[in-house]
Amino acid sequence: MKLLRILATLLFATAAVSPAPTFAGEGGRTPKPTVTIETPGKCVAPAEEMRRNHMEMLKHQRDRTMRAGIRGEPASLNACIECHASKKTGTVLGDGTGFCQSCHEYAAVKLDCFECHQPKAGFKAAGVKQ
Amino acid sequence: MSNTNPRRAFLAAAGAGVAGLGFTAIAPGLHLMAVGEANAAMRPAGTPASPAIRWGLLIDASKCAPGCNKCVEACHDENGISEQLPDPRQNSQWIRKIELVDRRNGRTTTLPMMCQHCAKPPCVDVCPTGASMKRADGIVLVDRHTCIGCRYCMMACPYKARSFVHAPLTEQNPEVPRGKGCVESCTLCVHRVDKGQQPACVEKCPEGAMTFGDLNDPESAISKRIAAANTTQVRSDLRLDLGVRYQGI
Repeated sequence: MKLLRILATLLFATAAVSPAPTFAGEGGRTPKPTVTIETPGKCVAPAEEMRRNHMEMLKHQRDRTMRAGIRGEPASLNACIECHASKKTGTVLGDGTGFCQSCHEYAAVKLDCFECHQPKAGFKAAGVKQ
Repeated sequence: MSNTNPRRAFLAAAGAGVAGLGFTAIAPGLHLMAVGEANAAMRPAGTPASPAIRWGLLIDASKCAPGCNKCVEACHDENGISEQLPDPRQNSQWIRKIELVDRRNGRTTTLPMMCQHCAKPPCVDVCPTGASMKRADGIVLVDRHTCIGCRYCMMACPYKARSFVHAPLTEQNPEVPRGKGCVESCTLCVHRVDKGQQPACVEKCPEGAMTFGDLNDPESAISKRIAAANTTQVRSDLRLDLGVRYQGI
């Protein structure tokens, strides 16, 4: 009986010491993604709308820019990257911390924009010399 | 991202916009527009490419210097073409220098060869997904969002102008997205043209052998030169109505 009491105290102590993770929703069981907004309050639309519709906005904009040649649209992937790239790493990717990747990893959505688009802000490529 | 002051960034952007337009402010709200045809006007934000314009390029092969590779290097820098694959035949070639030799007398001509931006492009005809496309102002492009990498356009192109990206890339320029599994070719530096600038190869040619401009505008430098000199369309027998013309070949 004494041994059982010690064991219960030990268990309670470890539960109290370990840091409490943030959980999604009221009484949720899944941890929330870590989203850092580097320059808050400057987005082209309110956060709620961006969360739901950013993919639609980018999809329509990409067709208008690519096919019709319309430039300077409010929604633009480059503008997203310039604003949302991490101040530490300079990119919107990165395991669990990058603005785009952290959320997409959490939502289990494959993010293939960056197989072609440059994820780093202010990047300047140097070509090969022959 | 080094510029963190939003007001300063705005001023810099506004300054760049004014410089790109070739405006000189006489008084507030009153501008003197530069008449030189070196730079086309920047298309205002929100307006699509105009079908009234046909962008073209005139290359004077008699001025093109043998051994000079400046246009190719300028293209690589501008478009972030930096990959060096184990098999060099798989490297992307948006522009290449070629040498023509007259076997009878050994006369050598060099010229840069790239996408000829046909008015009737065979690559667009054969594309099964509609990814290969011609923009309203005559620039032939690949929409990588719909390209499936079948390479049918590469076979259809009479100028071997297109390349396939064989390996994953990480060094793309923000304005020039490119990636594995898609076909690509010269875009006539569409991102620069839309800002009112010249293609990188035209700007960097030390001999001034390349002229860029609107083929539809009879007053443009390129149209005047084509009207005055004898110019050639490569493989004109195919009647593709090319946007790139050559002189002295």
